Amino acid sequence: MNGDDHLLEDRTPGVESHEAMASVLWYTVGLGLAIVATIASFIVAQTSLLWPPGISVGLIVLALAQMGIHLVFFLHLGSGPDDTNNILALAFGVLIVFLVIAGSIWIVANLNANMTTMPIK
Amino acid sequence: MFGKLSWAAIPFHEPIPLISTAVVAAIMLVALAVVTAKGWWPYLWREWLKSVDHKRIGVMYVTLGFVMLLRGFADALMMRSQQAFAVGSSQGYLPPEHYNQVFSAHGTIMIFFVAMPLVIGLMNFVVPLQLGVRDVAFPVLNSVSFWLTAAGALLVNMSLVIGNFARTGWMGYPPLSGLAFSPDVGVDYYLWSLQISGLGTLFTGVNFVTTILKLRAPGMTYFRMPVFCWTALAANLLIVAAFPILTATFLMLLLDRYLGMHFFTNEAGGNQMMYVNLFWAWGHPEVYVLILPAFGVFSEVAATFSGKPLFSYRSMVLATLAICVLSFMVWLHHFFTMGAGANVNAFFGIMSAIIAVPTGVKVFNWLFTLFRGRIVFATPMLFLIGFIVTFVIGGMTGVLLAVPPINFVLHNSVFLVAHFHNVIIAGTVFGALAGYNYWFPKAFGFTLDDRLGQCSFWCWLIGFYLAFMPLYVLGLMGMTRRLQHIADPSWRPWLLVAGAGAIVIFCGILCQIAQLYVSIRTRERRRDVTGDPWNGRTLEWATSSPPPAYNFAVLPKVETIDAFWEMKRRRRRPATAYEAIEVPHNSATGIVISFFAVVAGFALIWHIWWLAIAGLLAAAATVVAFGWSDEREHRIPAAEVARMERTRVRLGGSA
Amino acid sequence: MKTETLEGPPIESAERRHTGPAPARIVVGYGFWIFILSDMVMFSALFAAYAVLSGNTAGGPTGAELFNLRNAFILTICLLFSSYTCGLGALSAERLRQDGFLTFAALTFVLGAAFLFIEISEFAGMIDKGAGPSRSAFLSAFFTLVGMHGTHVSLGLIWLAFMMAQVAAKGLGAVVRRRVLCFSLFWHALDIVWVGVMTLVYLIGVQ
Repeated sequence: MNGDDHLLEDRTPGVESHEAMASVLWYTVGLGLAIVATIASFIVAQTSLLWPPGISVGLIVLALAQMGIHLVFFLHLGSGPDDTNNILALAFGVLIVFLVIAGSIWIVANLNANMTTMPIK
Repeated sequence: MFGKLSWAAIPFHEPIPLISTAVVAAIMLVALAVVTAKGWWPYLWREWLKSVDHKRIGVMYVTLGFVMLLRGFADALMMRSQQAFAVGSSQGYLPPEHYNQVFSAHGTIMIFFVAMPLVIGLMNFVVPLQLGVRDVAFPVLNSVSFWLTAAGALLVNMSLVIGNFARTGWMGYPPLSGLAFSPDVGVDYYLWSLQISGLGTLFTGVNFVTTILKLRAPGMTYFRMPVFCWTALAANLLIVAAFPILTATFLMLLLDRYLGMHFFTNEAGGNQMMYVNLFWAWGHPEVYVLILPAFGVFSEVAATFSGKPLFSYRSMVLATLAICVLSFMVWLHHFFTMGAGANVNAFFGIMSAIIAVPTGVKVFNWLFTLFRGRIVFATPMLFLIGFIVTFVIGGMTGVLLAVPPINFVLHNSVFLVAHFHNVIIAGTVFGALAGYNYWFPKAFGFTLDDRLGQCSFWCWLIGFYLAFMPLYVLGLMGMTRRLQHIADPSWRPWLLVAGAGAIVIFCGILCQIAQLYVSIRTRERRRDVTGDPWNGRTLEWATSSPPPAYNFAVLPKVETIDAFWEMKRRRRRPATAYEAIEVPHNSATGIVISFFAVVAGFALIWHIWWLAIAGLLAAAATVVAFGWSDEREHRIPAAEVARMERTRVRLGGSA
Repeated sequence: MKTETLEGPPIESAERRHTGPAPARIVVGYGFWIFILSDMVMFSALFAAYAVLSGNTAGGPTGAELFNLRNAFILTICLLFSSYTCGLGALSAERLRQDGFLTFAALTFVLGAAFLFIEISEFAGMIDKGAGPSRSAFLSAFFTLVGMHGTHVSLGLIWLAFMMAQVAAKGLGAVVRRRVLCFSLFWHALDIVWVGVMTLVYLIGVQ
């Protein structure tokens, strides 16, 4: 494992395999999109135009979109066959993150609803 | 200057820990004296302590596991005898505050410093050989992993002499483990030793996932990997995904204890259930980290000792992956009784029952592998058969416990204790012992004595049934776990049987020690000159026993599952055109970092802040020094490889 | 690392042709990717704790009273631009432009340090107001989650300085470029975690 040849069949996140991705332009587009998503998030959070219960959902959707932008434009994750392994690892990680967060919220909410909690004052 | 540390920390007034410590210290001093007198230090330091060879690290892991097994088993004997004596008016010989430390240390040691080192040790030794490559992806990191694990084990054992260990049970639930109810250093020993060893385990996970997915012999596609590699992959994916949860959870408890935060306290809005929840979000995948590699060992043993390919390889792989994912969706079954509603309990109950399905698939696959095979009743095969029968019982009691209404009756009873010993001893321990007997000749070049191996198997099997079947009964009679004193005399006969069982298991351990001793004494007679003592099927048997540092002079070319079997069938001869081989340098990085980790951990436990900072800085400096260096490997020239190979072939090894 | 075929044709199976161990760059990058995913899981436990405990203010200040969205926006922009410059630095390293790498790395360092400075002053302001981590479970979870991210940023800055020293001293050889790759993965991942912190803690926290 001494070679550092560019093996086209296999790659790792953060390495650009296609010319299009390996450019300043690609990073700049990513930066632009991320800024748009960030500003949108801050506007949504402070606006009074939206239905209040929907705001949290909207913010989460925007956050997920921005994470996707980072993965594609900064970490260069794509859908090519050489990326399968990286995407599978990511999918496993995302599944675990989802299970831990959603599971904990669900379980503890359920416990709080069923058990009389001490009033916190 | 020394924080909370003072002479009062050493238990001069308690004879039991003092005497046991004195005995252990005496043994260690004798061992050190022998090593010094014989002048073995340079050899040990150069060839073992600094080694980054996955095979040697694997051997050191297994050694650590067996040594700690003796420590954990001593705790078990103390608990069994205490429960046998402390009935009615008798209080036994262990006062409650000591007994509580004993059961906490037993659980912690057996899970983290026996079961984990045994399975990780086997994976270390076997996986790169089975994949047909020369080492793991990150050899130095592998050494760091091992030494961090050893550092954690050392800290746990230091608690025996200096201070005390946790009295909270091995799960360390708050608020009991919080500062308000456990103000002394016991819980800190528990937390810091597990944080340090947990870091090592996480690195192992990263290392092996990368090794298995990115470093395989040419032609070894995923579906040509031996099943042990698949189970190792699944176990290491679980390590990577689960251990960080434990690290974060312990971090929060540490912040509660050290900085007065309120994650799990009774006041200021803390929520103890969050600890229980996160602990088991790690804890359930963890039990599959322990059992999946054992399944892998048994798959290899079943195929080899029946002389048949494994039945339904693909379903075995799919079952492994299904367990890997499902194991993250069942964690609430460890706390059904803590107040979740019907929806939550029903969901997790059903998921827990579902996970029995892929496990059942595996059991049938093993049975069909044995079916009409030419079974060789060597020690590993006996462990396999004992495992199948016993593990199925444990699995079925597990399915019982997965039913929430039954769980409400049996939660925290000794029925539960019997269940998890049933699956961990019959699964992980039997698997580790089968693997130990199976791969020992590969590691050391001679086989283990089979007669004594069989003796140890029968002692383990019979001892297990005697020790734990009574606990099922007692659980149904209403006995809860962790009792220092038995109020109901009608439980006593069962406890005496359980105590007898523990003694029989002890005989099994003695047989193992005798087996090792006898086998070393008679090693010349039992040399494995072929490299393939069992007529094996996978690539680890394609190299000599023990393998050279680089495992394979020429990487094998893989064309089928059971690659070595196919090579033997086609009478492939080893290649003789050698190329230069890159071998990683040995490195003291692992042992040095871990030394400073022990210093820092000890200082943090005793609030010796200057020493903690010094230890952490020194460890960081070691990392930086390693991170700067570039020379990680040296080349063995082709001519030198050829010369070494000729020597090995002349000595009887195959290539 | 070539291998010998002794007899028979080369393998062409239905599965993708497998040519043996991957080169070092792939192995190192993939290993680090796995490590990053494990770090994400570690953060997920802290996120879960924050989500569960964020309402438990024990009569103390709430998020709406404490958080300053202008501050959060500046933090976000600092980190986002540092991610961009870090990406450009990695690109320069790949193209063996040492000066380019050092320039972008310095920019990344400055932006990261600015982020850290603003965050630490925010923390100090909160502690001054009596809203320290031991005030309530909510604040414990807040300081731990955000502080853990900040700790990662600090370690990243130390690492970045270390990488700049290595590149200046040794140039952009294969080994150093692998380390630059790992660093850039780490830094981009921190930005992704920050998107979660920004949304869950600050934007939803002020609702």
